[in-house]
Amino acid sequence: MAKLDPQEPVFSRLSYWLVIALSLCWLIPLFWVLGLSFKPNEELSYGLGTVFRAPYTLDNYSDLIRSSQLGRWILNSVVVSIIQTVLVLIICSIAGYGFARLEFPGRRALFVFVLIGLAIPRQAIIIPLHAMFVDLDLHNTYTGLILPHLGTPFGVFLMASYFRALPRELEEAAALDNASRWKIFLTIALPLSVPAQITLAIFTFLDAWNDYLWPLISATRPEMYTLTIGLAATQTNFDQSEGIGYLMAQAVFAGLPMLILYLIFQKYVLRAVAGAGGR
Amino acid sequence: MTTLVGVDAARGRRAARAGWWSRWAGLAFVAPFLVLYLWLMIYPLVSGVIMSFQYKDLLSGTSEFVGFWNYEDLSIDPIFIGSIFNTLRFVILTVPAFVVLGLLIALALNRPTRGAAIMRTLFFGPHVLSVTVVTLIWKTVYLPNVGMIDAGSTALGLGPLSILLNPDWALAAVALVTVWWSIGLPMMLFLAALQQVPQDIYEAARLDSASPLRILWTITIPSISKMIVLVAVIEVVLQFQVFGQVNLLTGGGPNNTTRSMVMFIYQAGFQQWQAGYAAAASQILFAIMLVAAGLQFWVSRKPAES
Repeated sequence: MAKLDPQEPVFSRLSYWLVIALSLCWLIPLFWVLGLSFKPNEELSYGLGTVFRAPYTLDNYSDLIRSSQLGRWILNSVVVSIIQTVLVLIICSIAGYGFARLEFPGRRALFVFVLIGLAIPRQAIIIPLHAMFVDLDLHNTYTGLILPHLGTPFGVFLMASYFRALPRELEEAAALDNASRWKIFLTIALPLSVPAQITLAIFTFLDAWNDYLWPLISATRPEMYTLTIGLAATQTNFDQSEGIGYLMAQAVFAGLPMLILYLIFQKYVLRAVAGAGGR
Repeated sequence: MTTLVGVDAARGRRAARAGWWSRWAGLAFVAPFLVLYLWLMIYPLVSGVIMSFQYKDLLSGTSEFVGFWNYEDLSIDPIFIGSIFNTLRFVILTVPAFVVLGLLIALALNRPTRGAAIMRTLFFGPHVLSVTVVTLIWKTVYLPNVGMIDAGSTALGLGPLSILLNPDWALAAVALVTVWWSIGLPMMLFLAALQQVPQDIYEAARLDSASPLRILWTITIPSISKMIVLVAVIEVVLQFQVFGQVNLLTGGGPNNTTRSMVMFIYQAGFQQWQAGYAAAASQILFAIMLVAAGLQFWVSRKPAES
């Protein structure tokens, strides 16, 4: 954990500068797209190199707001992601506490049975899941977009291991006061689990917001598209579409809110990712 | 808990009911999740296996039991066999890059400076973007003739590469996008592991004036070997499921060189509506993923034990 000081070995300093160079490579596509989104489409048809000189314009963004369904798609994504996150937090916290702290017949076997689910990839069940939702008439609904994610065991696993690591003393004191298990959970364990809740919320929200395969199959009507699927639909005929500038404005419009949210919550996001690996 | 049950039981019927409740209360806590899990994971998993032995056309609604017919058909379907090899190639292209590059970046950024913090944020940044935003960005980078890559190669006198249209390079181009998109995950996992390595080992090595490369090889890498395995397994499992990038960047082409297994399943199931055929292909994907992850665990565990 050496600071950048003159004593630092050449090797270490060299690798640091290499990574700085690499990080610039990571940034270039983002800035390039940002630049293109402010260029008139007619001028870009002469070549994308024109991005380095004026004129710049906001027309692409005003076209976007006027003519596309982007607003609707963002609304769909927000509704689906937030409801899904809240439901996953509730269901997984309760179940995680049950597995971690309560004794009941068959607990151990059931927990192993749930852990097996961690190894089931979504692709392995997507065909029958689609058929089930056809029978239930759930496609092209918010319920249809949210439900499949509520059965995944990752959150239960995360919450159970967090609750298990909490000290038991507080809960035992409350149990002696004849508080019910439910009350103990709500008033003592749940408030203590906020860090794990934040981790689970970040993972669930990112997963919901960026999900591609399931909404692609389930939401087939344009007014039910999530942002991810809506953007996919507009880029299928990339070459003869409305113009590069317009498409890049879409990319910025769709990507920037997430990047801003990420920059605000980066401390929590990075801690969540690093912490989840430690388990 | 058990003592409470004993005391309660001794207090007559009302208390006995409370004892019964406390014995089963835990099940009430986990029941809502279990119902969802059985309904939305286990039931589809089982019915997917059954479906893979059926001829099931989703458009006409017909279905009949056909035994191993779907599997036999898959074994001679050149597009499916091709998709297995494409997926394997993709895993071989991306997973070592994630492990090696992720570790190198983590090593360089494992320091408490502001610059390192900014770069950690930067490298993880693309990970929060959805696959469609990522492919929009990279489609313009790869755009034939006028994109960033082709403009560069033309300026160097190589002429336009049209990389996504080139059967030899298209999959590698998709792999590059994937590394750009999600290098942040392995980087953060490695950083977390590096933080756990006790600092006094390093001090001792430095006093012995061991070279940095030697320290890296004999101290750092062995101390985080568990995380290296974990990252490799996570990435194998993730990259076997590659779909969005190929579907959006190349659509499986050129010449079927980028069609992945999940893309094959998607097309068989939801474009040709052959549910039984697609379900059989998903079972094979599932099996290959389990074997790959298991194999990796087994291989990496051997040297650690001996």
